Amino acid sequence: MTLVIVLKRIGMAFVTVCLATVMTFILLRLTPGNAIDGWARDYATQFGITLEEAYRRIAAMINYNPNEPLHEQFIRYISGLLQGNLGVSMVYQQITVNSIIANAMPWTIFVATISLLISFVIGMLLGVRMAWKRNSILEPSVSLFTVITSAIPDFIFAILLLVVFAYGLDWFPVNGAYDPFVTPGFNIDFIVSVLYYAAMPILTFVITNIGGWALMMKGNAVSILGEDYIIAAKARGISDSVIMNRYVMKNAMLPMITMLAVTFGGMLGGATLIENIFQYPGIGYFLGEATRTRDYTVMQGIMLFLSVTMIVANLIADLVYSKLDPRIKVEG
Amino acid sequence: MRGMIDFFRIICHNKRSFIGLIILVIFILMATVGPFVFKLNMTVDYNNRYLTPSFEHWLGTDFAGRDTFIQLVHGSKEVLLVGLLAAFFTLFVGALLGTISGLVGGRLDAGIMLITNLFLTIPSFPILIIMAAIFSIRDPISFALVLSAWSWPGLTRAVRSQIISLKERDFIVICKVMGMSKPHIIFKELMPSITSFLSISFIMTMRGAITGSVGIMMLGLAPYSPTNWGQMLNLAISQTGGIFNPLGFIYLFSPILCLALFQLGSIFFANGIDEALNPRLRG
Repeated sequence: MTLVIVLKRIGMAFVTVCLATVMTFILLRLTPGNAIDGWARDYATQFGITLEEAYRRIAAMINYNPNEPLHEQFIRYISGLLQGNLGVSMVYQQITVNSIIANAMPWTIFVATISLLISFVIGMLLGVRMAWKRNSILEPSVSLFTVITSAIPDFIFAILLLVVFAYGLDWFPVNGAYDPFVTPGFNIDFIVSVLYYAAMPILTFVITNIGGWALMMKGNAVSILGEDYIIAAKARGISDSVIMNRYVMKNAMLPMITMLAVTFGGMLGGATLIENIFQYPGIGYFLGEATRTRDYTVMQGIMLFLSVTMIVANLIADLVYSKLDPRIKVEG
Repeated sequence: MRGMIDFFRIICHNKRSFIGLIILVIFILMATVGPFVFKLNMTVDYNNRYLTPSFEHWLGTDFAGRDTFIQLVHGSKEVLLVGLLAAFFTLFVGALLGTISGLVGGRLDAGIMLITNLFLTIPSFPILIIMAAIFSIRDPISFALVLSAWSWPGLTRAVRSQIISLKERDFIVICKVMGMSKPHIIFKELMPSITSFLSISFIMTMRGAITGSVGIMMLGLAPYSPTNWGQMLNLAISQTGGIFNPLGFIYLFSPILCLALFQLGSIFFANGIDEALNPRLRG
């Protein structure tokens, strides 16, 4: 891959980020104006200042002043963004959007990474075995499992797990990210507690993702089994397990690596419902909370953040793919 | 007419798609005829709350003494209507833009693809939530418009690539050489070749829209209909203790079961459509 193509891809990603920024800007301007009017009135009575003064302070806080002409609003918004400032929450005025994202993000990334790894590894092993032994019971049972798990939305699985394991059997906690009586830090108690509280969100993702990975892996593996070098390896008397693990698995995995990055980007945004059902304090939970309370600045900040994450994930997937597989020629 | 009979013969021949067809027909009957047969009564009646299933109340009653089954029937109308409208809007925009983009090419194609890619890279569910909050949804049509606002890009891209691969095929090139008119080529030659693809997309989009709408309603962001399955889930989870009170389990599980069955039915049916409408697959 030449430098020109890499630069072109990065340029495209940059354009998309810019457009996404404009889009979130427009979305906030579409919001009913009374959200800010109401806030300004409250603010004025709360601090005993005039309405104009309140507007001015709010404008400084959230980088938004509805009385300015549109282009000035845009410049104000962009200059705030360039300084890495997403404004403050409209509901909890002491909290900045940056700190909300910084606190929520680790939880979402933690759950997404672990569940992605578990489902990817299991799916891969299942897929290769399905392709290897075509007539075993494994193939139809995994297919059935995949149909069912892809038909039922993931949030339904979340509710079912919640009802059965948290409320019914009382094995797992109902909400939160760790035991409130444990001191956060690098100690065994805290780590165990975090894993224990994350178990059900992770299980939800794993159940709903395994089938897809397994089928994708099977498809890749079947086409690789027909390649000449597999037949040659068999002819050379290489054992089945070596062929399966070294020859088939490695080659069939390649196209899936890119999917890994894309899925990861999607999971960060798609976790909204699941995090809300388990009340797990990740980014999706705060997005849900912000939406319920009509906290427009938090909504805008999280949205922009998620879009940029997704664009970057796609870019990485694009670039990594061609690096991993020398047979692929990236087209400009 | 013969085409229709053939179509159903092939659908019925395939076990999976036949089961799918039956499930879908039951749901469509439930949504169209059901509300006329069963009259909805949403008055609160605390003396009859959490009743077990009986002849009078087929699925018992909910936390406020209202019949669960009748709510489910009326909910199916809401859910299916939103899904159907959303799929229709998506298909219209997606097929139109995809066809234009694929046929015309050049700058217009590049422009449409840039917008499409932008929409595809913005996480769709979070933005659905935000749009649901901003446009405060009150009726099925606006709900469907919001849902389809983020589902057309995928379809546009798929239709475009289908058109691009088709327009270089021999039979299209021959049509052009024979001097046939553009509308003739588009509607008589290209469209029939992607009908099967479009019908599958229609069902799958509807499926996605229904999942999305139920998800948004479950978060309580579009509370315009108390009987929508998503709203039932929302009430079961947040208000009534449907998840910690075993008495409320029927109220919680019946929309879940319906949703899962409907999704399965769609997938099974879509499987068969491809076989029925795509001559190349029949062999």
